[in-house]
Amino acid sequence: MSSATTAPATAGANKNMHGATSIVPVQTRNERLASFDVADFAAVTGREVDWKLTPISAISDLLDSSIDGSQLPLDISITGSASVTWVSMNDAAVGSVGTPEDRASAIAWSSTQDALLIDVHADDVSEVSVSRSGLGAAPRAAHTVIRVAPFAKTTVVLTSEGEAALSENVEIIAGDSSHVTVISLQEWSSTARHLASHFIRTEKNATVTHTVVSLSGALVRVNPQTRLAGEGSSVNMLGLYFADSGEHLEQQVFVHHEAAQTKSRVNYKGALQGTGARTVWIGDVLIGPHAVGTDSYEQNRNLVLTEGTRADSIPNLEIKTGDIAGAGHASATGRFDDEQLFYLQARGIDEATARQLVVRGFLNEIVQQITVTSIAERIEAALDRELEGIA
Amino acid sequence: MAVLEIRDLHVSVETDQGTRQILKGVDLTIRSGETHAIMGPNGSGKSTLAYTIAGHPRYTVDSGSITLDGADVLEMSVDERAKAGLFLAMQYPVEIPGVTVSNFLRTAKTAIDGTSPALRQWVGDVKTAMTNLKMDSSFTERNVNEGFSGGEKKRHEILQLELLKPQIAVLDETDSGLDVDALKIVSEGVNRAKENTGLGVLLITHYTRILRYIKPDFVHVFVAGKVAEQGGPELADRLEAEGYDRYVEANA
Repeated sequence: MSSATTAPATAGANKNMHGATSIVPVQTRNERLASFDVADFAAVTGREVDWKLTPISAISDLLDSSIDGSQLPLDISITGSASVTWVSMNDAAVGSVGTPEDRASAIAWSSTQDALLIDVHADDVSEVSVSRSGLGAAPRAAHTVIRVAPFAKTTVVLTSEGEAALSENVEIIAGDSSHVTVISLQEWSSTARHLASHFIRTEKNATVTHTVVSLSGALVRVNPQTRLAGEGSSVNMLGLYFADSGEHLEQQVFVHHEAAQTKSRVNYKGALQGTGARTVWIGDVLIGPHAVGTDSYEQNRNLVLTEGTRADSIPNLEIKTGDIAGAGHASATGRFDDEQLFYLQARGIDEATARQLVVRGFLNEIVQQITVTSIAERIEAALDRELEGIA
Repeated sequence: MAVLEIRDLHVSVETDQGTRQILKGVDLTIRSGETHAIMGPNGSGKSTLAYTIAGHPRYTVDSGSITLDGADVLEMSVDERAKAGLFLAMQYPVEIPGVTVSNFLRTAKTAIDGTSPALRQWVGDVKTAMTNLKMDSSFTERNVNEGFSGGEKKRHEILQLELLKPQIAVLDETDSGLDVDALKIVSEGVNRAKENTGLGVLLITHYTRILRYIKPDFVHVFVAGKVAEQGGPELADRLEAEGYDRYVEANA
């Protein structure tokens, strides 16, 4: 557990900082450069702390310059009275939560022409589903804002499949005492590439469950961050990923406890199978100086099913106040446990079925928390397909 | 009527210090309805025998044979052995996170029988077996062995024994770590299985106390990887009084 590190404050490090050539390494997570201006971010070399585990050569077209930011073809369904509209990137809702923290995010932001605004009104209960399918191999940018008014309860599901080279930003505003569930399901084709930054802000007593499920794609990198800005707010950040041969699935999670009495849980679980299957999880938790009474725990677990895979798992915890309720982190990456296999086989269960049971069991902890039945079923079906391959 | 025959069994295991011979010529015959107690000091190879019968990959059979009704057990995979009617109640059952007892039991029963059990009958059978073993009904929704107490793990093993109905069961130190109440409950479960299915039992234990509840027909004293002496239940009484010293000294 890292203790409170007081960084040499870099002037104006939070927003719109110009001149990213500072040679002092960023000491604290929220001092990382954040800017709407692509020019503030130097060309990505692959040595940067947030890119060094990503195969950037596969996404050079998303890291270079402006890309197609026209409206994506979407299939949208709404229950309840939420409204879903395209708005200008100059709309007040856009940028109210997030500021790009890497070059891909800044390029996507400045390239996007219109943002999709999902507006959930106060005291409303709604479900919104947005599916993207077959976006094509040419680079595209997108922006989505999920704005949940006070006391509303909503579930927003973003699903993705088919071909894509998508770079996007998603902003999520959870108003006072709102209950917000957001699920981002990536089930792309095996050649698709997808970069996403999710920015979440919780107002007073808001409760957010944010789930990232990445099941396929050549390179999928979804980086969600939550600012627990309102007192008494909480976030449950869940992740499930299953990397096959040749797939790179990455997630960099950041939780910033800004306000007092805030709670966060981060739990990402992944499985890897096949030569070249690759996963990255970086979990940063920052407990700010005013976040007294914080209760925080983050964990990542990886199950390695075959030889030739690589899972990176890097938890970081920074604490700037001594007065917290709890903070912990855990990371474990392990091979399949042969004793579990033996136990099941000794009860007559054949090896392939036994392996499936163990892997399904391992991932169940996340699946069980996915409250949208159709999505849980879709994940189950995908896992069944994935697990037919092992034995 | 099933017969498990073990002939001149030699088994070794790979350790950091190289190959170690553990079983050095074991002969045993267990028939349906018979209860054999295998007793012996720690390190005598009792658990190795149990795991070898079940087919744990850690153990290498160097020579000898194990047959069940004439069929070569050593040629069978672990799950084939279970399907053939062998059962091992483990000393240290492993946790399987995310897999509920209910799901596990149904999957195992389906595998053993080759067809999924009729739902209503099955639910009733599970309920009855659990009541007999004084297990709370909420138990089925817990994950296999996860957070189980020592006694709960052993009861769960015997629950499987009663539901899967094997022909020959090997109980590997099922008595270890059990208080007297739990020991009685578990023993009653084994006795029920014997009565109901004519189960043959190979009961591996260090202590004689479980033999007060599960009466052996034969007692085999295991020392240094083989059977040093065998006899009837009276041999257990003698071990109770004298301990293993005379075998260990004779062997040293």
